[in-house]
Amino acid sequence: MTMLFESVVKRVGADMHIHETDLELADDGFNVLLGATGAGKTTLIKLMAGLESVTSGRILLHGRDVTKLSPQRRNVSLVHQFFVNYPHMSVFENIASPLRVARVGAAEIKRRVAEAAELMRLGPYLERKPAELSGGQQQRTALARAIVKDSALVLLDEPLANLDYKLREELRDELPRLFADRGAIVVYATSEPSEALLLGGRTATLREGRVTQLGLTSEVYRQPRDLATAQVFSDPPMNVAEIEKAGAQIRLGDGARWRAEGAIAAAPDGRYTMGVRPNFVTPTEDARDLVRIEGRVLVTELSGSESVAHFELPGAVWVSQCHGVHPYEIGESRPFYLDPARCLYFDGAGARVAH
Amino acid sequence: MAQIDLKDLRHSYKPDPASDADYALKRMDVSWRDGGAYALLGPSGCGKSTLLNIISGLVAPSEGRILFDGADVTDLAPNDRHIAQVFQFPVIYDTMTVYDNLAFPLRNRGVARGKVDQRVREIAEMLELTDKLRSRAAGLGPDDKQKISMGRGLVRDDVNVIMFDEPLTVIDPHLKWKLRSKLKELHQRVKVTMIYVTHDQTEALTFADEVIVMQEGQVVQIGTPVELFERPAHTFVGHFIGSPGMNVLPCELADGAARYRGAIIPLAEAPTRAAGAARTEMGVRPEFVRFAGAADPGAVSVDVVRVADAGRHRIVETRAGEDRIFLLSPEGAEIPEGAAHVAFARERTRLYADGWLASDPAGA
Repeated sequence: MTMLFESVVKRVGADMHIHETDLELADDGFNVLLGATGAGKTTLIKLMAGLESVTSGRILLHGRDVTKLSPQRRNVSLVHQFFVNYPHMSVFENIASPLRVARVGAAEIKRRVAEAAELMRLGPYLERKPAELSGGQQQRTALARAIVKDSALVLLDEPLANLDYKLREELRDELPRLFADRGAIVVYATSEPSEALLLGGRTATLREGRVTQLGLTSEVYRQPRDLATAQVFSDPPMNVAEIEKAGAQIRLGDGARWRAEGAIAAAPDGRYTMGVRPNFVTPTEDARDLVRIEGRVLVTELSGSESVAHFELPGAVWVSQCHGVHPYEIGESRPFYLDPARCLYFDGAGARVAH
Repeated sequence: MAQIDLKDLRHSYKPDPASDADYALKRMDVSWRDGGAYALLGPSGCGKSTLLNIISGLVAPSEGRILFDGADVTDLAPNDRHIAQVFQFPVIYDTMTVYDNLAFPLRNRGVARGKVDQRVREIAEMLELTDKLRSRAAGLGPDDKQKISMGRGLVRDDVNVIMFDEPLTVIDPHLKWKLRSKLKELHQRVKVTMIYVTHDQTEALTFADEVIVMQEGQVVQIGTPVELFERPAHTFVGHFIGSPGMNVLPCELADGAARYRGAIIPLAEAPTRAAGAARTEMGVRPEFVRFAGAADPGAVSVDVVRVADAGRHRIVETRAGEDRIFLLSPEGAEIPEGAAHVAFARERTRLYADGWLASDPAGA
């Protein structure tokens, strides 16, 4: 089963909310929408659900044009960031509610609620009211309601954003398993790159109402098509700088230079933007062929498992991230080592220089 | 700025607390030095908000005293405690300019005009808001708004402590990085005592010099981020801190080593507090588990069940019988499929008796 966006545009007055978008979402694995607040994730989800109408273009679900269909007739489930449950109903009735609306028989309701509750580990709480549950259990109740319907399309709009860190970790781990093999198209919106990575499946990166790339999550992460995608899909933020490419040489500022390899070697001479993830900029020279750069340490963050330093280069502030505990002095000028094999290059229009 | 002492503090929301379970905050005795950066870390309902409200004076503790620089403030009203607070949602006046927002706490206290101007400009400079001083707050982005909130906390020079209650929870990851490092930089410059309340380990560990980990109203451990990572005092801390958390595996103690599923796992620190424990477990973080050969000493046989790509490393989930054992594998390293063996770094494997760390560092 697939969902297709064909030249979908959403405009409100003079404001372009979604620029012309073509998308194909599948039912094997999660479809993650990744972008900052205001990038258009929720608008896309509302268009999918039918809660907002497109300005132009078509939406096809399983080959059927659903562009003009109301939410009720699209067979969708939607879970929000703020867990919405009926406070006066028991957990059982909350989960059963979409089935009651669909006039499913009592025995069938019992069976399906039990199944969904089992998956969400809500079995012992079915008789309770939502207020008597923890935040995680409340959100699992909302998720169980989304599952029980057997919808063709399950839309999860930052469903874990309001949960405690550890709980989020747990549910993020479980969710892909819960939805696997259900034959539904699952769309998951998040502002967190790490969440997108761990959920796997496919990711569409969004910036300012535009889908910048859609592909296998690890591919979008490692082979971004442009600078916007690389920046959206980087946490900590990607380090960027202007470089000069002349012949076989790359020059960063007045100091560091290294040999152009791969696609950039064949590109015309001139100025480019480079991007490199913070974990490829380290305080120690622990591999060969690293490029030494000088920076002044501004802020450090030592979490035990890793050490992060924010440091100043001429014209930029970069971040270095390494495993373990690394001692830094605030204000010191010191060498950092960047891995040129991990540098990405972008032309003046922001397109990645690639083969 | 002040040193803060919490002496034999205890709190119950019930009128006649009978047992320990009736206390939302169990007895605690904590000292925070002047100018330090502290974090209160724990899941929802662990008591961190109660503690915050007690310090700010919104809640009067059932027992115990609160001292600022040795002076008892337990009975003082919130206003008289000279505390600045920054909340999850920015508290600012949308119709006022950034300048007037920052000046508000000072004008409110009748600070002279020249002094107000000087402080506002100083703080705006630190927060990189100088070019926005004349703008109305309404038109600003969420990060600038939260910066103003922080600025309003920082602008007064008579505060004993600035308390942050989940200030970055609703901020996007990219801005979170910026604001977090900004806050850290500010702390380095102004050296005012700061207390940061959060459920997010990353924020707590990266901001604080010292983290207070709470669970069910109890302080479970106070330590530097590195201490919490390397020597969790309780399996709860081991699990709560780290992503994924520490592997905690049931084991037996045999001649100073741990015996787990037939393997003898050597321990660098001899357990001294394990005698008579009802339950013994070994704890080792995923960072310190590696794939090993079947014949390696201490190797445990496992099944690799799942690999998740975390970008700079992969999180490998394995099963040993009913137990889940996680390990981190560097980007690009080979990961076996199906049956495999794992080994634990000796220096990093700890023994826990009834949940609590059962050894001391060698040489301590």
